[in-house]
Amino acid sequence: MRQFRLIRGVQLGIKNLMLHALRSLLTVLGLVFGVGSVIAMLSVGEGASQQALDQIRKLGSNNIILSSKKLVAEEASGARPAMMSIYGLTYDDDARLRESLPTVQETVPAKVVRLEGRLGERALELRVVGTTPDWFELVSRPVLAGRVLSNGDYDSNAGVCVLTETGARKLTATEHVVGQPISIGGNVFKIIGIVVNEKGSSSIPIPDQDVDAYIPLSTARERYGDHISRRTEGAMLREYVELHLILVQVDNTDDVEATAGAIDLMLKRFHKKEDYDISVPLALLKQAEATKRTFNIVLGSIAGISLVVGGIGIMNIMLATVTERTREIGIRRAIGAKQRQIISQFLIETVVLSSIGGVLGIGLGVVLPWAITHATKMPTIITMWSILLSLGISVAVGIVFGLYPAFRASRLDPIEALRHE
Amino acid sequence: MTTKTQHHMLATGASDGSLVRLEHVHKTYQMGSAEVHALAARTLSFQAADHLAIMGRRGLGKSTMLNPLGCLDRPTSGHYFLKGHDVGEMDDDHLSNLRLRELGFIFQSFNLIPQLTVQENIELPLYYLGWEAEASRLKAVELATMVGLGDRLQHRPMELSGGQQQRVAIARSLANEPSILLADEPTGNLDSATGKQIMELLVELNRSGKTIVMVTHEPDVAAFASHRLHMMDGVIDRIEESD
Repeated sequence: MRQFRLIRGVQLGIKNLMLHALRSLLTVLGLVFGVGSVIAMLSVGEGASQQALDQIRKLGSNNIILSSKKLVAEEASGARPAMMSIYGLTYDDDARLRESLPTVQETVPAKVVRLEGRLGERALELRVVGTTPDWFELVSRPVLAGRVLSNGDYDSNAGVCVLTETGARKLTATEHVVGQPISIGGNVFKIIGIVVNEKGSSSIPIPDQDVDAYIPLSTARERYGDHISRRTEGAMLREYVELHLILVQVDNTDDVEATAGAIDLMLKRFHKKEDYDISVPLALLKQAEATKRTFNIVLGSIAGISLVVGGIGIMNIMLATVTERTREIGIRRAIGAKQRQIISQFLIETVVLSSIGGVLGIGLGVVLPWAITHATKMPTIITMWSILLSLGISVAVGIVFGLYPAFRASRLDPIEALRHE
Repeated sequence: MTTKTQHHMLATGASDGSLVRLEHVHKTYQMGSAEVHALAARTLSFQAADHLAIMGRRGLGKSTMLNPLGCLDRPTSGHYFLKGHDVGEMDDDHLSNLRLRELGFIFQSFNLIPQLTVQENIELPLYYLGWEAEASRLKAVELATMVGLGDRLQHRPMELSGGQQQRVAIARSLANEPSILLADEPTGNLDSATGKQIMELLVELNRSGKTIVMVTHEPDVAAFASHRLHMMDGVIDRIEESD
């Protein structure tokens, strides 16, 4: 029977609201925009953080990335011609990491050089990475054609090369180039495969971002050595760098941060200056998640304010409605309605009103992110929980801001109410 | 007790078996700075199936008497017993319950709820009594047919004439099968022909056993009643019985 009364109450509420459809719509507009913007903002935030999290996950949460860093002071003194700057990670570092740290499962050393590549008619500077076959296990990407580097290639200093998707595109190469020769820095390599890599400019350094080609580290060392000469502003810049990158895989996610600390201590002992960077994707991941939390709190506050404003609008109209329907309240009371039945009648009406606002707001909150994505290419993700949260908040707004008008209605003196014109 | 409806409410206070018993009931209203007194300063009781007309000149006293009598508020002093229940002792919920189960109101200005249809207006007391939808509908149809508006169930009050609206109001007042019908100038907003029809309907209801307490200033309307209470300055002056 209670259920029946509730259904009747909701029907009556809808009926009364439809009587003033435009007014009802205008009343809930504040709530519609409040709910809509909550969902839209959350979807933008979720999209952005999901993008960041994806990038970080691509680094591997069990991995630590060490990279060589040229110090600014060194750069300044290195401005003198014929001065050679020696910095960065060494082959010894790589060996020591692997041998002395028990939590380190694997290390992948890599050398990054810029060399001129020539395939058929096309010739341009390529970013070539000399590495071990293990690279492709740590930085796991789909192979588009052929195969990746093997242990055999590494052991035999083979002149083979794996193009990345980026590199293949630059050279306008198709799958058919597998097996064909390519000239890199004057040496001829055989293309053995094409592999997918990470593209674009991310603020987080992903190891295979914008790499054009892979060759065995042994081959790179043999053919190009550890000296790099670059011509800048008329001066010859000479550098001696053994390794540009060392990817470290840790056996367990829980050990990642401790291992990163141990690596730092170890490197400090062998490097006079801090000419290296340690980047821990897991730490970045945690940081990104903390940022996301903060972002959500800020959004929540803004949303809260807009919902309160929407709620006040609803309360205002409900108070006017109570005054307008004083006589009806008097009639109902004379017939025998109890005070709490008057309360529930107006409360139900307010909740129905705010729920309609919530549903319209959800509609807006779904359309807005879609428009944002189309207009700005920004990724947006609408989460189920944000929709449910908004709906819940709408109902709560209805209850909170409906209580006072409903209470006022119930406390009207029936005699006065009946006399009301 | 000759009333048809029996309810489980506990009887409290003195009762001589009459439907309504007023003992020195007095109500003081504050109208601006002036105090206004209303109601009977004597003991007065009436039985089921009586038809009372409260008479007096247009103005204060008559209609305000209906408020305590209709359990819309409590007397300032004295005792009012309705079916043995002392109304003065009751809280708001109990008063509401008494109105819901024992009383039916007919107003001068009809007081139908404009956004509800005829059927929904008649069903209103049943809604608060917690009746099922289908049972309510059947009852509404029965009552509407009885007052001659069986074909107007889905109309809104505004689409009906004054006489028709008052018929709907009468149908509504009967839905809960009340012990007493309280009518406040039921013909006051109607032309004399329509008013006569409404009075005939009320008399018919009274003949079939319904107790009616009616407030009017028109002697020819009051002539229908079995008892006439004449009021002077808010106080019952004399009682006149027909036949």
